[in-house]
Amino acid sequence: MSQTFLLDGVAVPFQAGQSVLQAALAADRYIPHLCYHPEFRPHGSCKLCTATVQGRLVASCTTPAAADLVVHSDTEELRALRRTLVQMLFAEGNHFCPSCEKSGSCQLQALGSDLGVTTAGFRHYFPDRPVDASHPDAWIDFNRCVLCELCVRASAAVDGKDVFAFSGRGLSKRLIVNSPSGKLADSLFAVSDKAMHVCPVGAILPKRVGFAVPIGERRYDQHPISEQALADAPRAAGEPDV
Amino acid sequence: MSEPNPPRVRLATTSLAGCFGCHMSFLDIDEKLFPLLERVEFDRSPLTDIKNCGPCDVGLIEGGVCNAENVHVLREFRANCKVLIALGACAITGGLPAQRNHLDLGLCLQEVYLTEPSLARGGIPNDPELPLPLDKVYPLHEIVHIDYFIPGCPPSAEAIWKVLSDLLAGHTPYLAEPLIRYD
Repeated sequence: MSQTFLLDGVAVPFQAGQSVLQAALAADRYIPHLCYHPEFRPHGSCKLCTATVQGRLVASCTTPAAADLVVHSDTEELRALRRTLVQMLFAEGNHFCPSCEKSGSCQLQALGSDLGVTTAGFRHYFPDRPVDASHPDAWIDFNRCVLCELCVRASAAVDGKDVFAFSGRGLSKRLIVNSPSGKLADSLFAVSDKAMHVCPVGAILPKRVGFAVPIGERRYDQHPISEQALADAPRAAGEPDV
Repeated sequence: MSEPNPPRVRLATTSLAGCFGCHMSFLDIDEKLFPLLERVEFDRSPLTDIKNCGPCDVGLIEGGVCNAENVHVLREFRANCKVLIALGACAITGGLPAQRNHLDLGLCLQEVYLTEPSLARGGIPNDPELPLPLDKVYPLHEIVHIDYFIPGCPPSAEAIWKVLSDLLAGHTPYLAEPLIRYD
């Protein structure tokens, strides 16, 4: 008999080494998240997956599952917190959804829609950020980067290239490219890299395929991210495949 | 004895720095326009061509704020409308016109009216009739208080109808996925 913890009053089984978020997703229980990806070490920076564990607010992607923990995620207080986090991300960057190729398949957008965000609310920052279109097969729009660190992790852990890194602190924090010129074209980056495909927003995109998928057939057109994330969650053999 | 008709809800609409796409989507409520027109009467709107907004129950505003005239119109709506609604991506975020926000306005005008060969002989327009552009394109909520937001580019007719029918029924308007779209 496997051990369990309580998530919103329901027992969730877990295996040793799983985080609260991993165990929840494997048990078909959704906790909103953005910078977490099942194939990579958690980063714990976006805080969308914040839950209360034993009464304390923690990132559920970095909190190890343990027997008899009492976890709350689906509460109005936490939904309001998550809406505010999404609103701040929208206000901080330049997210022009109507002209973005990632629209309809973007996790930030899908989270906003699913959480009930109708406006960013805050004063928009409208930062002045560059676009790097130097690479023949891919381009980076830094206006859309939400600093999830997934491309950094993918390039280091899977591609073995360390193409991306973070630089700076606070509002000056930004994604940088590891090449003599700082341009993507002069890095080891290739369009087949894992780092190309993990971007949850429209910051790193392949060239010449924009808007290829018609509206209505994009990733989050049919199912909200709360359903899609459960369908995507990795499950061990014998676990229900939903 | 028949029940007296309830007073009609007065509705004003306008487009600031918008493309009228949100108004087209509003008209896309199609046959629901008939029950709507039994309950509302239009004040200032492109549909009536009334030039100034009088006291209203609901104001629908499309487009962001890109020039001085937009500010005056927006304030007129806020002063006259009990409930003010930002309609569409431009009204809520500045939208595509706000893509000029990281550029210097003077350099923008110079590029369009002096550098570009097609308009270069005209010079930068300076007619006193023309409202002066603002340094940036602003979302409505950064200028006046906005009560409700209907996102989308344009918002679907279903989303617009949901908010209007909620208001007409006396409910707080509520949108949820899949009516919340940002494109």
